[in-house]
Amino acid sequence: MTVPAPARPAPAGGGRTVLLGTVSSDAHTWNLVYLQLLLEEAGHRVINLGACVPEELFAAECHRHDPDLVVVSSVNGHGCTDGKRLAAVLRADPALADVPIVIGGKLGVAGRLTGTQVDELFAAGYTAVFDDGADRDRFLEYLGRLELPVAGRAA
Amino acid sequence: MPRGPFAAAVAAARARGELVVQPRMGFGDPAAMRAGLTAVARARATTAGTVTLDSYTRVGDQAAAVRALADGSPLNGYPIVAHPVEVTRWVLAAAQRYGMPVQVRHGSALPEEIFAALLRTGVDATEGGPVSYCLPYSRVPLRDAVDSWARCCAAYTRLRDVGVEPHLESFGGCLLGQLCPPSLLVAVTVLEGMFFRQHGLRSVSLSYAQQTCPEQDEEALAALRRLVDELLPELDSHIVLYTYMGVYPRTSEGALGLLGAAARLAVRGGAARLIVKTPAEAHRIPTIEENVAALEHAARVAAAEPPATTGVEDTGIYAEARALIEAVLDLGSDVGVGLVRAFERGHLDIPYCLHPDNAGQARGYITARGRLAWARAGRMPVRVDRAAGGRPAEMTSDGLLTALSYVATRYDQAAPPAVGPAESVPALPR
Repeated sequence: MTVPAPARPAPAGGGRTVLLGTVSSDAHTWNLVYLQLLLEEAGHRVINLGACVPEELFAAECHRHDPDLVVVSSVNGHGCTDGKRLAAVLRADPALADVPIVIGGKLGVAGRLTGTQVDELFAAGYTAVFDDGADRDRFLEYLGRLELPVAGRAA
Repeated sequence: MPRGPFAAAVAAARARGELVVQPRMGFGDPAAMRAGLTAVARARATTAGTVTLDSYTRVGDQAAAVRALADGSPLNGYPIVAHPVEVTRWVLAAAQRYGMPVQVRHGSALPEEIFAALLRTGVDATEGGPVSYCLPYSRVPLRDAVDSWARCCAAYTRLRDVGVEPHLESFGGCLLGQLCPPSLLVAVTVLEGMFFRQHGLRSVSLSYAQQTCPEQDEEALAALRRLVDELLPELDSHIVLYTYMGVYPRTSEGALGLLGAAARLAVRGGAARLIVKTPAEAHRIPTIEENVAALEHAARVAAAEPPATTGVEDTGIYAEARALIEAVLDLGSDVGVGLVRAFERGHLDIPYCLHPDNAGQARGYITARGRLAWARAGRMPVRVDRAAGGRPAEMTSDGLLTALSYVATRYDQAAPPAVGPAESVPALPR
């Protein structure tokens, strides 16, 4: 897992609106079912977009739900390639410039991502990257200490 | 009954008392695909060959498939639309030389171009279905998938113009692969078979995927056979069993144990064909050699297993599947219309399926006895039987992980010897 250090102490957990989905080429959904349960158990409200989400739909759903956090999960090996394209589309939208976007799963076709690939994901606009092997507790810890910019964001 | 080469080969094997074993296999490179079919044909087993298509072809992105062929990028299957007809005929000739039937497998909710390619190349067997390739694996509206599959079925019957009877298998017995109680799997594959018949098919196969409990699976296969006899009696048909489609054991012993259990279940449950998985499954795409070894293992185990002589306990799978089927048929004389309305109303509801056209109210769980049961049935006409295995707790994230890996854990921990046919079924918890 690669996450930036938290800028400020953790806010109270739970209560966030989380938009959850996968990349356009990925038909897998058990990972999304699992993450929805995990996030709901942590007290968040989850909008689960399901399989094969086109970039434009992801952006439209961001506008519709105004999420505090976007979670992209992919396990088909195209997550790094397709995920960069997705982040580019979302970050190109001025209204989505500041929303935290995290990506995780089995993101490459050949096991763990290289450092360069992780850097590329950050450069594309991700706030955090949870590569294969990152565990649940570290994801939850991240959620707990993330200073989510709820206020002051263009909606 | 009219039969094309694929259906005829399966029927002949069944008459000889042999289980047809079939891999899941696809390569973008024609030479590799041809070599794969040749190796499967030469395996020491009664085999059917498989040409699995790549992801780009499945979603109709032919430009991407052509680009990948041009620049040599690896594809995860055979791009039958992008390759010229002559190339595909050359690939299939390898199977024809050995008299081995071949099925094209894809996973497409809108398969028009794929069926057109099948007609161009004369492939007489494929699979899928308007529900089974739409709800679990796409976000195509169900209505569109139903219309597309109706057109494709009708088009496929044109193979009769060249004297070949097409064969179509429903993937409805798999759905999401895990945590769906058997009655819904049985109902959906029978309904897709009825849909195929309505649109002109006369030779079909119905599917069922191995789940968590051998006795329950055997009952499900008996229910499926009975419903096919009752509802599709005039068609040429057979039953195909899928080796477990969920999280796969990580050890070779566990994987072969699970495969052996599938082979025994196929024989006991009266399936004519078995889709096989390899010990590489949990880790990567298997090689040709690994596929051949798995086919031969399954064939050895199947040959040593006598067909079931006594019936299995009826816990109600047949009645539940029949009720689900009737709930759909009550919604319209057109099976496709009935399916769309049934999902709209939640009369069919696939557990854990996130598709926008699925009601998403139903939940399956694994009971203390290792059987699949309904935790919640939504608006489906089935009863949530608390006596089946104690009161189910609401599914948690931890519980989901445990349930998804239940079979893999069992077989990895209690693995039988790796070489058949003398192995025994690993004990399931009681």
